[in-house]
Amino acid sequence: MNAPKLDYALLAPILIILGGALIGVLVEAFLSKTRRAGVQLVISFVTLTAALVQVIRIRRSGSSGAAVLSVSIDAAGIFIQGTILVLSLVALLLIADTDNFTAQASAIPGSSQESVAIQAGKQQTEVFPLTLFAIAGMLLFPVATDLVTLFVALEMLSLPLYLMAGLSRRRRLLSQEAALKYFLLGAFSSAFFLMGSAFLYGYSGTLTLNGIASAIHTSGNNNVFLLIGIAFVSVGLLFKVGAVPFHNWTPDVYQGSPTPITGFMAACTKAAAFGATLRIFYVALDGAQWSWKPLISVIAVITMLFGAIAAWSQRDVKRMLAYSSIAHAGFILTAVVSLNSHALSGALFYFVVYGFATIGAFGIVTLVRDSSGEVGDVNRWIGLGKKAPLTASTYSLFLLSFGGIPLTAGFIGKFAVFSAAYESGNIYLTVAGVLSSAIAIFFYLRVVVMLFFQNPESDSVSVVIPSVMTRIAISICALATIILGLFPSLLLNAADSFALFTR
Amino acid sequence: MSIVTILGLIPLLGAVLVAVLPKANEKLTKQVALATSLVVALGSIWLAYKFNGSDGNFQFVESHQWIKNFNINYAVGIDGISLTLIVMTAILVPIVFLAGWNESEGGRWSVKTFYILLLTLETMMIGVFAATDVFLFYVIFEAMLIPVYFLIGGYGRGERAAAAMKFLMYSLFGGLLMLAAVIGVYIISTNQNGGTFDVTALSHLTIDKPTQNWLFLGFFIAFAIKAPLWPFHTWLPAAAKSATAGTSTLLLGVLDKIGTYGMIRFCMTLFPDATKTFTPIIIVLAVISILYGAFLAIGQKDINSLIAFTSISHFGFITLGIFAMTSQGISGASFYMVNHGFSTAALFLVAGWMIKRRDSSQISDFGGLQRVTPVMAWSFFLAGMSALALPGLSSFISEFLVLVGTFTKYPLAAILGTTGIVLAALYVLIVVQRTLHGETTPGNENLTDLTVREKVAIAPVIAILVILGFFPKPVLHVINPTTAVVMEHAGATDPIAKAGK
Repeated sequence: MNAPKLDYALLAPILIILGGALIGVLVEAFLSKTRRAGVQLVISFVTLTAALVQVIRIRRSGSSGAAVLSVSIDAAGIFIQGTILVLSLVALLLIADTDNFTAQASAIPGSSQESVAIQAGKQQTEVFPLTLFAIAGMLLFPVATDLVTLFVALEMLSLPLYLMAGLSRRRRLLSQEAALKYFLLGAFSSAFFLMGSAFLYGYSGTLTLNGIASAIHTSGNNNVFLLIGIAFVSVGLLFKVGAVPFHNWTPDVYQGSPTPITGFMAACTKAAAFGATLRIFYVALDGAQWSWKPLISVIAVITMLFGAIAAWSQRDVKRMLAYSSIAHAGFILTAVVSLNSHALSGALFYFVVYGFATIGAFGIVTLVRDSSGEVGDVNRWIGLGKKAPLTASTYSLFLLSFGGIPLTAGFIGKFAVFSAAYESGNIYLTVAGVLSSAIAIFFYLRVVVMLFFQNPESDSVSVVIPSVMTRIAISICALATIILGLFPSLLLNAADSFALFTR
Repeated sequence: MSIVTILGLIPLLGAVLVAVLPKANEKLTKQVALATSLVVALGSIWLAYKFNGSDGNFQFVESHQWIKNFNINYAVGIDGISLTLIVMTAILVPIVFLAGWNESEGGRWSVKTFYILLLTLETMMIGVFAATDVFLFYVIFEAMLIPVYFLIGGYGRGERAAAAMKFLMYSLFGGLLMLAAVIGVYIISTNQNGGTFDVTALSHLTIDKPTQNWLFLGFFIAFAIKAPLWPFHTWLPAAAKSATAGTSTLLLGVLDKIGTYGMIRFCMTLFPDATKTFTPIIIVLAVISILYGAFLAIGQKDINSLIAFTSISHFGFITLGIFAMTSQGISGASFYMVNHGFSTAALFLVAGWMIKRRDSSQISDFGGLQRVTPVMAWSFFLAGMSALALPGLSSFISEFLVLVGTFTKYPLAAILGTTGIVLAALYVLIVVQRTLHGETTPGNENLTDLTVREKVAIAPVIAILVILGFFPKPVLHVINPTTAVVMEHAGATDPIAKAGK
């Protein structure tokens, strides 16, 4: 038996990240506590940059056989990998502020052990290698082309995230609850995915997406194994992207996790999970559209409406952003249903603009604090425009982009996916999208009103002066939101030329 | 670069200049803003001078690629209708600056912010009338809501935040419906001969009837909210009541015109068949607006609400003229837009001064102003006469044209519309009588008359109303050829011309 032929240049981005993560683990083991944070940050930064450089180098040399038939580094895959790496770099700048993480995750909240750890100035620097492991999984997920590799990638990106969700320094019980909830529900959905894979294998006799596609082509698309397989795999995917009715974890996890992690998770996981979803539906299940398209369309409509409406009743800033991310999942799902290359390029563009706005918004959340840490209650954000005009305006900019107000990047993203939906004949999706945008915009504007039009009550909320890295991260996000709003061609051209899944 | 682009950029540059000025020097800020707007006003007059009035097509055309992937261009060009609206805008802005010299003080934010917002708004107002790319139009249409929102919410009176929100919610909702329709038109053009947003190219599409109806509604509802047509009008009185006089002037005088302008430019040109289908309904809505606005105006106790309701009535006339689909109707409506701009400006600005002096906007708090403040009273009187379309003032001509144009096709609507004129006399004369004549009521004895600055601000408005009342020809001369082009696009003919054949 011959050894499988691997194309190392194409796999290099993933391998570089894994290598960096392993070095990070060694650093944890051998370096003294005081120096870890700095070293870890440098390692993570160098690793991500190297991987990004490698992605850029291979951008034109994609191939469907990078690792036998399990991985297909094709144009769309490369674009998504690049997106994840860029967003991770920005998110890393937020994560670098280790003040957000617990001193010792193993200590029981409120115990004497915890206060000892805090007093000793311990820092949980494991977050850096964990982040890298998660990123490696995220890079693999959207390019994996067989069901087992997909499952492995899914677990690879999820497991570190479950841990990271529990690392918050403040409100630790909430954080641990989030971690547990995320883990249990995540495990449950992974099981669904695996079960679905088994059914698809039983139907087609193959694990590769191409094999499933040709099985649908040759042996008909009305087979109970196929239908069950599609249903279960969809459940697993829809859970990861946070679509209704599998969205319940999102608000709790977003709220409980350390804020930089929430930003990272919201931006990058969404890109990775949607990348994989798009690939599975475009490549493998295209031939069986009749069975899943109506259902996914309904889910898309419900998701965007639900996210937009439920956001209204939230009082916690992070929960609000969580519901808004649910609404956005609905918008991107329209691209899944549209099944054309414009939809794909629209989705690719959407990942980037949504990712930047999300990381930026959560970055701002880390800045608004009182003596006990971040202030989640949105009512205490009232009048922030007076105390910190720049912070409040930047936050409003991200919200306006989420809302899709023209001249922000979010508008172009929405325009791209909605016009693709119209083009594919799903006009009702365009209309539903536009209507739920209307509902969502009012909710974003309500926050803007709170920031600028209501007078602050005299309380202790203040905006901390951001560290240099946080400042850089937020500035990058704000600039991207404005520039891509004014000159979207800069990115749309790339998205257009990369919008292709190799079968 | 076309003159239009330069004209549109000047206020934006002014806004940047204002932004870098020291915050403390409020006087300098105002002077710079005023100077900028005066340059634009002079530029617009030069634009009108250069404009070839006998050509009804787009002139000063300019087009640059903006977003290649959707074939979106920065494309501008003006025809007779947009020219008159741009000139009106450019003249109104310095008047608003001068008239409301102090109204930016006491706002939620600084004086500087006020002028940055207003100058940015002026750029957008010029852009929205000049855009010949539907996407560009839409972007400006939506983006300009933001400065207006902050202008009402930050510098108005009373329930300003709520009024601003109401304005924004209505407008955004309409705008998003329009977005769906814009996407629809774009995709249809993609399927037919390559995607485009160029308004002229889009007018040549063949769109089947049901689709056309839906797309028409997407555009029309957005414009009807903006215009505002009954029953989409409820945001207007709240906004007019809370905004400063200057903001109200621009809101009703210019921004609302985008609605009626859009009906001509987009609804009629892009969807001629759907326009015919919906004309009867729209005519009915327009007549209801005329009468409803007039009746409610009679009952108002607040001066600003009264002006808002008279505007609803007047927008009914404009819509009536447009959808009568006769050359007199459309020309009359286009001319009406200009006249309404100036006449509303006069009403709001003088009313603003009255309110400021008396510190109340209730009609019942005024009385006998004629004796105490004759110049202010006369100005208000003339503004009122313009609102009731007194012969000799410009609004008479446009109202007359609209009614004549409507009568040839829809006699009943024209007759009902005429009763609107009678009602207008009623609501104007009642308020004039209560505020200006009779005994000077307590609290008004010591009001001061208009200052030199205020006189300078109001004089040109009144002059324009009178001059255009006697010599409407220069304006009608540039509007008429464009009307002919619009009629041709919409496939409409004058009934008289038909009888002649």
